[in-house]
Amino acid sequence: MAFMPVKFDLPKRVKLAQGLWLLYWISMMVGILIFSLGIFFKIELRKRSEMMDNNESHFVPNLLILMGMVACGVNAFGGKVTHDSLDPTKFPKWKPMLKPYLTFCCGFNILLLITALLCFLMQFALYLTLADGLKNGIKFYKDTDTPGRCFMKRTLDMTQIEFRCCGNNNYRDWFEVQWISNRYLDMSNVEVRDRVMSNVEGKYLMDSVPFSCCNPGSPRPCIQHHLTNNSAHYDYDHRIEELNIWTRGCREALVAYYGGLMNSIGGLILLTIILESVDMAGLKYLTTSLESMSDPENPECESEGWLLEKGVKETMSDLFAKLKTMGKTNQVEEGAQAAT
Amino acid sequence: MVVMKMKFPFEKRVKLAQGLWLLSWVATMAGAVTFTLGCVLKTELRRRAEVMDNTEIHVVPNTLMIVGVASLGINYFAGRICQDALDAGRFPRWKNFLKPYFAVSCFFTVLMLLSVIMSYAMKGNLESSLKIGLKNGIRFYKDTDTPGRCFQKQTMDRLQMQFQCCGNTDYTDWFEVQWISNRYLDFSCKDVKDRIKSNVDGRYLVDGVPFSCCNPSSPRPCIQYQLTNNSAHYNYEHQTEELNIFVVGCREALVSYYMGLMNTIGVGVLSVFLIQASVLVSLRYLQTAMEAVAGQENTEIETEGYLLEKGVKETIMEYLDPVFKFLMLNKVEEGEATDS
Repeated sequence: MAFMPVKFDLPKRVKLAQGLWLLYWISMMVGILIFSLGIFFKIELRKRSEMMDNNESHFVPNLLILMGMVACGVNAFGGKVTHDSLDPTKFPKWKPMLKPYLTFCCGFNILLLITALLCFLMQFALYLTLADGLKNGIKFYKDTDTPGRCFMKRTLDMTQIEFRCCGNNNYRDWFEVQWISNRYLDMSNVEVRDRVMSNVEGKYLMDSVPFSCCNPGSPRPCIQHHLTNNSAHYDYDHRIEELNIWTRGCREALVAYYGGLMNSIGGLILLTIILESVDMAGLKYLTTSLESMSDPENPECESEGWLLEKGVKETMSDLFAKLKTMGKTNQVEEGAQAAT
Repeated sequence: MVVMKMKFPFEKRVKLAQGLWLLSWVATMAGAVTFTLGCVLKTELRRRAEVMDNTEIHVVPNTLMIVGVASLGINYFAGRICQDALDAGRFPRWKNFLKPYFAVSCFFTVLMLLSVIMSYAMKGNLESSLKIGLKNGIRFYKDTDTPGRCFQKQTMDRLQMQFQCCGNTDYTDWFEVQWISNRYLDFSCKDVKDRIKSNVDGRYLVDGVPFSCCNPSSPRPCIQYQLTNNSAHYNYEHQTEELNIFVVGCREALVSYYMGLMNTIGVGVLSVFLIQASVLVSLRYLQTAMEAVAGQENTEIETEGYLLEKGVKETIMEYLDPVFKFLMLNKVEEGEATDS
């Protein structure tokens, strides 16, 4: 008793083949899209790798690139088989490859599912990497003369401007580090010396933020220095002032950006899985309807196509039995070898 | 005196018709590309419309869009005509259509060339428009509470950050304008009162620039205020300091951006112009070659094709005569009306 049999006459078979060919073309476009999204994701990670201490994991974008290429190949092969299917002279050469091809497609779908899961889960790893990276970024902001960290200031400034954020968790992170290099501090000045001596580690700490934290949407010129001192500025109350500097932390902003990207890619992969399954079903119907033709010489005869030759339960038990015999054959061989 | 005669045996005519059909498809896509390029340029100009005083420069993208749409129509008809060309029975119905068709097509093709020339010629116009627009932007920077000018500050800040520029001609433009609103000035402070009384208009002028002029690539935290006072900052000399704030003026930055965009678009439009011109030339040859075949019994004879039947001057007069007659007729009618 076949699983989900459908009767096919010639016009229906032709329509199925044409529709399936179009569907394989669309799946190939989607495969190319996944490939390009993988490359885009990789570039976006490289652009901000300084913010992540240069040790971010490129596993997911590399996997996406690989999946995209395999999807292209699989769908191109499927399209070729469909194209040749209605020509009785060309179809027989593809017949023996169909079973391994469909098995490979099944495995590919499972891999796609794992990739989608990884996309959704990688956000947590990214969160932790960013927390560390931004903390170091703020710490090394002033080291514009140290080789290897010269451009940390520029990168962090550009990130804060682009993502409209300030600091790691929020702007107060800047109060806890010395972000003005000693090269630009006049150590002979009494005020400077007082500040440096006021804390254990001898750091010049201020309640100020860099200019890149400034919000252009503020109605007044940006207040960067003496942020917590209301009397230092005319008509200023730091508790109610909202638009002066960005209040969001950069970790939150970057995680939201990358998270959105990864969610969309994960959604696209789930869509690809559905598309691939439909392709596989269509191909199975087409090939079984061609194979079950009662009179191979007459192309106009009716035939039946199905998804599974026997029912679902029987197919599953057959599969398990095969796996068991494969294992048993090994055991028997070992036994025979041990005996001799 | 015929202009540019060429002999066309039957095979050559067939090849010409086939080549023209293919070329008309390419030209249709090129027309669509022209329309898209016009849209892109218009969008980019609209984005910065707040710092432009007038919209005269918009004539360039508008012309490109019109020409793009017109070329779609021109090439559609070119394709239809060349499809009918080799059928001696169907070709004569296009006879009366072709003269006005060529006139209109030549007009739009020349317009395409004119738009490219205009994009270079209007550089001065763009520059003066930007000069006035930026001057107003800087003047109204502080008016964040005046309806209609609330967003000048935000626009100027974002512009300076994106194009990495400061002021109109250069950063000293900010020294001549009061860019800090009176709402945020403490009039009881002696320093403020002194500054205001020090100039005729009673404006609070500072030798400082807004935060958006700060260059993120600077190795030291940004110095925005007291720019010309070397002693106000440690280890600072304003004549040799280069990376502190952006030195390019925004007018120069914007003009070079738009000129670069129009150069790129101009190259594309010139190639579209060449394709379009070759379509028209081939169509003219095909038309004249097929006209010589009309009425003959043997349609496979060799015929002659030419560009213009008479010389260039005579052809132009031939086209302009109906226009003059139309104008003269109006004059005569007016004369009669005043008489009676």
